Amino acid sequence: MGEFVALRELTLTRLRIMFREPEVLFWVFAFPIALALGLGIAFSDPTPSEFRVVVERGSAAEAHVPSLEGHPEIRLEILDGVEAESALRTGDAVILLTDGADEGVVMRYDPTRAESRGARLLVDQLVQTGAGAPRPVTIREVEEGEEGRRYIDWLIPGLIGFNLMSTGLWSVGYFVTQARQNLQLKRLVATPMRRSHFLLAQVLARFAFLIAEIPAMVIFAWLAFGVRIEGSLFTLGVVVLAGAACFTGFGLVACSRTRTTEAVSGIINSIIMPLVVLSGVFFSTARFPDELQPFIQFLPLAALNDALRAVYNDGLPITAVAGDLVILAGWTVLSFFLALRWFRWQ
Amino acid sequence: MPRSTFDDPREEDDDPAILCRGLRKRYRETVAVRRVDLRIRKGECFGLLGPNGAGKTTTVEILEGLTPPDDGEVRLLGMRWDRDARRIRPRLGIQLQEAELTQRQRVEEAIRLFRSFYADGPTVNELIEQVQLQEKRRTYVKDLSGGQRQRLSVACALAGRPDILFLDEPTTGLDPQSRRAVWEIIEEFKEGGGTVLLTTHFMDEAERLADRVAIMDHGEILVQGTPSELIHSLGGAHVIEFEPTVPLQTADLMELPGVQTFHTRGALCFLTSDEPHRALPALVSLLAEEGGEFASLTTHRATLDDVFLARTGRQLRDG
Repeated sequence: MGEFVALRELTLTRLRIMFREPEVLFWVFAFPIALALGLGIAFSDPTPSEFRVVVERGSAAEAHVPSLEGHPEIRLEILDGVEAESALRTGDAVILLTDGADEGVVMRYDPTRAESRGARLLVDQLVQTGAGAPRPVTIREVEEGEEGRRYIDWLIPGLIGFNLMSTGLWSVGYFVTQARQNLQLKRLVATPMRRSHFLLAQVLARFAFLIAEIPAMVIFAWLAFGVRIEGSLFTLGVVVLAGAACFTGFGLVACSRTRTTEAVSGIINSIIMPLVVLSGVFFSTARFPDELQPFIQFLPLAALNDALRAVYNDGLPITAVAGDLVILAGWTVLSFFLALRWFRWQ
Repeated sequence: MPRSTFDDPREEDDDPAILCRGLRKRYRETVAVRRVDLRIRKGECFGLLGPNGAGKTTTVEILEGLTPPDDGEVRLLGMRWDRDARRIRPRLGIQLQEAELTQRQRVEEAIRLFRSFYADGPTVNELIEQVQLQEKRRTYVKDLSGGQRQRLSVACALAGRPDILFLDEPTTGLDPQSRRAVWEIIEEFKEGGGTVLLTTHFMDEAERLADRVAIMDHGEILVQGTPSELIHSLGGAHVIEFEPTVPLQTADLMELPGVQTFHTRGALCFLTSDEPHRALPALVSLLAEEGGEFASLTTHRATLDDVFLARTGRQLRDG
C-alpha cells in the first residue's frame, strides 16, 4: 500500500474520534455560538447611546430639567438624595446633577466609565445652551450607517480567533496526551508507522475540522446579527489557515511531554488565559498602556485578531495583513520546531 | 537435580529468530532484568513464564525495540535495533499488555488503520475472519467484551503478516472460553510457520502453546527447556501434597519407596514420585507410626507450577 494510505487512515481516525465525542462538538460549535449570542444581545441595545441622568430633587440643578427633557439620548429622572446617590454608585446612572457648595450646579460621574465622557459633554452643552449660552459655530451632525461599526461586528472576528486558538490547543493537545496515557502511542510506535505521519495527521485533521467550524460561526453571525464580511473570502481563508496552523503547533508543544490529561489541561489553560486577556478578544488591546503595545502586537492571538478584523470589518486586502501573517508564521515555525524536538512517544 | 538445558542440541541453531545475550535493565532503584540470555529458533513458540514483576514485560519490550537495555545485545532475524530498525519493524507483530485501542473506533476501522502501516499482509476482511469478529465489525471498541477486545488486539498485531509475534499476557483477565479462542488464533499462526514469544503467568497456557519455556523470577531466568523436560527435572511425574499434624523428618520421607524429591511451602509438604501407588501407602504408614494424621492430602500430575514452586518456594500466581 502507498505511503498516503497510512496518513489518510490516521487522519480519518482522528476526525472520527473528534466527531464522535459530544463534548468536543459542544466546545467547538455550541460554546462560541452561545458566547456570540449572549454578548451580541447584551451589547446590541437598540438605543446604545441613551444615558441615564439623575437630578437630585430640590437641588439647584432641578431648574435645568427643561433643558435636558426630551433629548433622544437622555433618559432623565428626578430622585431624592439617597436614591440619587445610590443610582450613581451602582452604575445605573451615568451622571448625577446636584447642588454645589456655592449656588452653582455640581455634575458627578465616574471617570473610569467609557460613556461618562460623552454624557458629560452632552449634558454640559444642553444645560449651557438651555440657559442661553451662544453657539458661535454651527455644526451639522451626520450619523453613519448602523452596521459594521457595532460591538458585535467587532466581536465576531475576535471570537473566531479565540476559537481557532482553543480548538487547536484542545483538539491536538488533549487527544495526543490521552493517546499517550492509554499507551496508544506506544502501540503505534511498535508498528512500522512513520512517526511524522501521526503528527501530520493531527494537523490535517485540525485543518479539515475548520471546514465545519468557521462557516458555522460566520453564518450564525450573519443570520443572527447581520454581521458581514467586508473583505474577500480568500483573504479571510488565508488568515484563518495561518491562525489554525499556528495554534496547532502550540497544541503539539503543549502535549509534547505530558503524561496525563490533567497536566495538559493545566498547560493549555495557562496558554489560553493570558492570551485571551491580552489579545483583544472581548475588548480592544488599545486599553493597555503604551509601554505594553509593542509586546502585545507580537502575541499570536493579537496578530490573528488584528488580521481577522482587518479583513472582516475593514475589508482590507491581503497586503494590509502581511505583517500579522509574518508574526503568525514565525510562531508556527517556532512551535513546530519545539514540538518535534520535545515530543515523547512513551 | 534438574538437567542443564544449555546442552540442548537446538542451541546449535545458528539462524535463530530471536537471540539476546546479557540483557540488563534497571529503573532507578529496582533491577527489572538482571541477566537474560535467550535463543528462540524460527517457527518455535517460546513461553516466558513467571509471576508479576519477574521482568517478563521489560525483557519483551527490550526485544521489541520499545525499551533500550542498559547492557546486552539483541538480534531479531539476524538484525539489530540500532542499525536495522526500519527493516525489523514490518516483520514483527506486537501486542502490548496494557495498551488500549481507541474507544470510539469500530473494529474494522481499527484493523484498517493498523493494516495501513504495512506494505504486505492479509486483507482487512481476512484479519476479521481470522479472529472471528465478523459479527462485530461495525461495533465500537468500547462496546466489545474483554475477549473480543483481546482478539482485536491480536488481529492488529497480525496485520503485517509478521514473522515474529510478541504476545504479552494475552489471556490475563479472560474467561476460559475467550482464552481458548485466543489460543486457537496463536496455534493457527504457529501452523503457518510463525515464531511466537509469549509471556504468561498461566502454566496451563505455557504447557499447551509453548514448545519451550523459560521460567523467570526477579529479573533472571531460573531454568529453560521444553515443558516436559522441566517437569521431568522435578524427578517425578506426580506430586503428593499433604499437611501432617505432626512434624516429619526429611530423611525419613526421602527413604520412602518411590519418592524422588521433597520440599515444603509453609505447613504444606510436597513429595514428587513416579510411583505414587508405592509412595502413598508408605507415607500413610510412616505418619501412623509417628502418631499423626493428614490435615489435607491431594495428588496431581506435576505441572510447570510445581517446577516454579520447587525452585522458589512460591507459586506462580502468588505474584
